[in-house]
Amino acid sequence: MTSTSPLLPAPLLKVDDLHVSYGRVEAVQGVSLSVGAGQIVSVIGANGAGKSTLMGAIIGALPSRGRVEYAGRPLAHTPLESRVAAGMTLVPERRELFSSMTVEDNLRLGAYTRRREGAGDLGGVFTRFPRLEERRKQLAGTLSGGEQQMLAIGRALMARPKLLLLDEPSLGLAPLIVREILRIVAELRDTGVTVLLVEQNARAALAISDFGYVLEGGQVRLSGPAADLAHDPAVVASYLGAAK
Amino acid sequence: MNIFDPAIFPILTADGLTNGAVYALLSLALVLVFAVTRVIFVPQGEFVMFGTLTLASLQLGRVPGTLTLLLVLLAISTVLNVVEALRRGDGRSAGISGVSGVALGAGLWALTTTLAAAKAPLLVQVLLTLLLVVPLGPLLYRVVFQPLRNASVLVLLIASVALHLVLVGLGLVFFGPEGSRTPAFAEGNTVLGGVTLSNQSLLVIMVSALLMVGLYYFFDRTLTGKALRATAVNRMGARLVGIRPTAAGSLAFTVAALIGALSGLLIGPSIAVSYDTGFLIGLKGFVGAIIGGLVSYPVAALGALLVGLIESYASFSLSQWKEVIVFTLILPVLLWRSLSSKHHDEEDE
Repeated sequence: MTSTSPLLPAPLLKVDDLHVSYGRVEAVQGVSLSVGAGQIVSVIGANGAGKSTLMGAIIGALPSRGRVEYAGRPLAHTPLESRVAAGMTLVPERRELFSSMTVEDNLRLGAYTRRREGAGDLGGVFTRFPRLEERRKQLAGTLSGGEQQMLAIGRALMARPKLLLLDEPSLGLAPLIVREILRIVAELRDTGVTVLLVEQNARAALAISDFGYVLEGGQVRLSGPAADLAHDPAVVASYLGAAK
Repeated sequence: MNIFDPAIFPILTADGLTNGAVYALLSLALVLVFAVTRVIFVPQGEFVMFGTLTLASLQLGRVPGTLTLLLVLLAISTVLNVVEALRRGDGRSAGISGVSGVALGAGLWALTTTLAAAKAPLLVQVLLTLLLVVPLGPLLYRVVFQPLRNASVLVLLIASVALHLVLVGLGLVFFGPEGSRTPAFAEGNTVLGGVTLSNQSLLVIMVSALLMVGLYYFFDRTLTGKALRATAVNRMGARLVGIRPTAAGSLAFTVAALIGALSGLLIGPSIAVSYDTGFLIGLKGFVGAIIGGLVSYPVAALGALLVGLIESYASFSLSQWKEVIVFTLILPVLLWRSLSSKHHDEEDE
C-alpha cells in the first residue's frame, strides 16, 4: 500500500518502508506512514501485528532498516537518547517507570533532557493529573495500574515533547480510566502536541484520532481519515466487533 | 589478655572502625558500579593501591608510572571516540575529540613532570594524585567496559578479573615490589572518653563519614545522582527520558575511582601498601557489598564496618586466622540470602 499524503499539515514524522526483524522473523515488513504536525494518528491492529515493534523502531530502541524522518531530518544515526532530546518521547507498553523512586522523582527525571532550563513543567503535569500530586511522595511501584499509566504519560510530558508516541495506553485498565486517559490525550493535541497512538482498543482510539492506519502481519492493510476507518466495513468486522 | 579487656577493647574498636570506614567506602563504590553497569568491579582495590603509591612516588620526587597508564588510556579512548564520530559522519566532534584528547594529555604530562620534580607541598601532591588516578575510572570504562555494555554479567566479570590482573602487574612495573607508606596528614593524638585515638584515625573516620554524607546528598538531592539511580532501577526507562547509559556508566566509574583513590590516600599512612595490597582491601569492601546484596547502600556500608571490626578483634586474639575469619563471614550471609530471596533470572530485560 502506498501512502500518498492526504494530510494537510506538514508531516512531523515520516516513516518510509520500515523493516524490523527479530532474528529470522520480520515483525514489521515495509511500513510507511506519516504523522502531520498537531494531529493524533492511530495505528490499530490485533495482538502481534507489529505495533509495539513499530514504535520501538521509531524511537530508536530497536534496530531497523528503512527511513524515519522527524521534522524533516533523517534519524538513521540518531540514538534513542538524542531523539528524546530532539522532542520525541515514547510511553512504552511496559511503562518502564522507576518503580523504587517516588512519583515526583520519576517526573523530574522526565525533564532530564531539559535540566539546564530548570525544573520542567511539574505544575502543568499535576494540573492534568491531580492524582499524581496527591501521590507525589509515594513510590511509583506502589501505584495502581491507572496511576502508573498517568505517571508514564506525565513523565513523558515533562520533556515537553513535540511528538508523543503512546503504546497501548489502555492496556489492562478499567474502561473508565481508559476514557479518562484518552480524553487527556485529545486535550494534548489542543496544546500543540502531535500524537502517534498505538491501540488494540480501536473504537476508542479512532474516536479521538484524525487519521488511522490498520496494521496486520507487520504491514499496513488500510489507512484513511479516522472517521472513515471507523465506518469501513472491513475494519468494523475485524476490529470494532458487531456494529452497534 | 581478653579482647573485651577495658584497656584494649576501645583501641581495637577504634582501629576496626578506621579500617571499616575505608571498607565501607569501597563497598559503596562496588554497589554503585554494579547497580549502574552490572560490572562486578574486582579492580576497585587497585585504585586504592594506585592512590597510595602515586602519592608515595611524588613524595620521592619521581614521576609516577600512573601518568604513563593515564596517557595510554587517554590515547586509546581518544582514538575510539574519533573513529566512532567519523563513522557517524560527524567530522566536527571527531575533530573536537582528537584535539581535546591531545591537549589534555600534553597538559597532564607537563603538569605532572613539573610538579614531581619541584617536590610540591603535600596538599598539592594529594591533588595531583587525585588528578592522575580519578580519570583512570572513566577511561577504563570507555576502553574496557563500554564496548562490552550489552554483554552478560559473566562476560563483564571475566573482563573485570582480567583488568584486575593487568592493573596489579602494572603496579609491580610502575612501583616495584616494595611496600610504601605515605606521611600522615595529621600528627598527634586525641583523648576521647578515656580512649586515645590518633588524629590520623580520626581524620580517616571523619573524611569517610563526610564522603558518605556527600554521596547521600548526591544520590538523593541532585538530578544527576537521581539519573544514576534511575539507570540502575530501569535502564530502558532511563534511556526513554534521555539518560545515556554510557554517560551514567562513565560517571559511576568516576565516583568509584574517586572513592578508591581517596581510600588509598587515607590508609597510606597506617599500612604499608604494595602493588598487590589493593586486592585484599577491595575484597573486604566486597564482603560488605555482598552483605548488602550488591543493591543496598546502607547495608553494604554497615556490613563493611562489621568486617573492619571483626578483622580488628581477630587480629588481636587470633591473628593468623584473621583473613580466614573475615572471609568466612560471607558464608552465612550467602546461605541466608540464597534461602530467603526468591530466585531472579539473571537478565530480566
